[in-house]
Amino acid sequence: MCLAIPSKIIKIEDSRATVDVYGAQRDISLLVLQDDVKIGDYVIVHAGFAIQKLQEDVANETLGYFNEYLRLTAAEEEGFTGQPAKKARKRVKKAK
Amino acid sequence: MKGVAGRIKKLSDSIGKPVKLMEVCGTHTVAIFRHGIRDVIPKEIGLLSGPGCPVCVTPIKDVDAAIAIAGMDGCLLTTFGDMMRVPGSKQSLYHAQAEGAHITIVYSPLDALKIAHENKDRKVIFFATGFETTSPSVAGTLFEAERTGADNFYIYSAHKIVPPALKALLDSPDLEIDGFILPGHVTTIIGTQPYEFIASDYKIPSVVTGFEAEDILLSIMMLLDQIASGRAEVGIQYTRVVKKEGNPKAMSLVDKYFEPCDANWRGIGVIPGSGLKLRESAGNWDVTRIFNLELPDSEEPKACLCGQVLRGIRIPTDCRLFGKACTPEHPVGACMVSTEGSCAAYYKYSGVIRH
Repeated sequence: MCLAIPSKIIKIEDSRATVDVYGAQRDISLLVLQDDVKIGDYVIVHAGFAIQKLQEDVANETLGYFNEYLRLTAAEEEGFTGQPAKKARKRVKKAK
Repeated sequence: MKGVAGRIKKLSDSIGKPVKLMEVCGTHTVAIFRHGIRDVIPKEIGLLSGPGCPVCVTPIKDVDAAIAIAGMDGCLLTTFGDMMRVPGSKQSLYHAQAEGAHITIVYSPLDALKIAHENKDRKVIFFATGFETTSPSVAGTLFEAERTGADNFYIYSAHKIVPPALKALLDSPDLEIDGFILPGHVTTIIGTQPYEFIASDYKIPSVVTGFEAEDILLSIMMLLDQIASGRAEVGIQYTRVVKKEGNPKAMSLVDKYFEPCDANWRGIGVIPGSGLKLRESAGNWDVTRIFNLELPDSEEPKACLCGQVLRGIRIPTDCRLFGKACTPEHPVGACMVSTEGSCAAYYKYSGVIRH
């Protein structure tokens, strides 16, 4: 029930906004949102209300995972050949 | 994520004994199954489901009250779809609707308010269920109702608050938990402060977690890291959404209309300060003030283990009703009803269970 979906803002009118989620559009309320938002920002939407602004866009988010992955892989004492880094960069590029 | 899985294995080896982690949120329960998380972590790491499905913990009495309201002349009950199939003492909202009760499913409480504006000759009541993720949406709707003058709109508040339930679990002598996978979206609203007692008073690690496979694996890694080094903190893995301070605007709007109250959790019992009721000043929205909804207490179905499942003491397959008398098509207990209930998740993904 606590599912909330990252949605991109495509229109703002007072405290209402239209968001796009995987091609579907719907109207939401910005009433309980702490931060100011602009068109193009991503928000987390639950039950018709934006409850938080996403700190970074989805591509950066993916990048974050891979950065963490690379950092950890590099930290491993053995088996680090640089290969995973190459693969990860490729996937990040793809995700963008 | 191979690196993370490897790191989890190393941390697990260095801890050198089995650990039990509890995912509090029903959305996590489903994500853990769907992503096959149990298959990529060492068997020494047990994942237990907690009381984090609001549908499952809504008591029979509240379902009965909602059905009673829906059956009254001139009333229209609106509800999230998740609540429709929850068994009450005699029937579910779904059955009541089939028998002619006035019930409409909405996606947002704002839709319920819209229905109230379009049906001025009827009382439109929203069955307000859910945790801290959801209560701001209801408070926001009351703000809109006030602004637009909807004097035929009411709510029945069955809202629950998560941290007091965690405290109740921690105080239960039956439960041994080494770490909590904390709910990402509840914490989006309330921030990390309400969980500090878990670290300071109980010395148990916890990590606020997102809902992707990577999120959950990173969170398990962060929890094991705390356990291995003997630390207990409230960590945040879901940093792209969750802020330490939460969403103060949402919290203040909830505070404007609601105040904490003792609340009954299905299968668990009354937990002090774990519910939300409308404040005196917001009493005009309270359906319980216009109708006498005194209903008898109801008992859970015999042999149903939902109460123990919700507290993490037993797992769904321990229940002799599981998959036999109790299935998602014909649920006996609440954990089988919601798609995010532990029993429904186990049933759907059975064959991949390991503990």
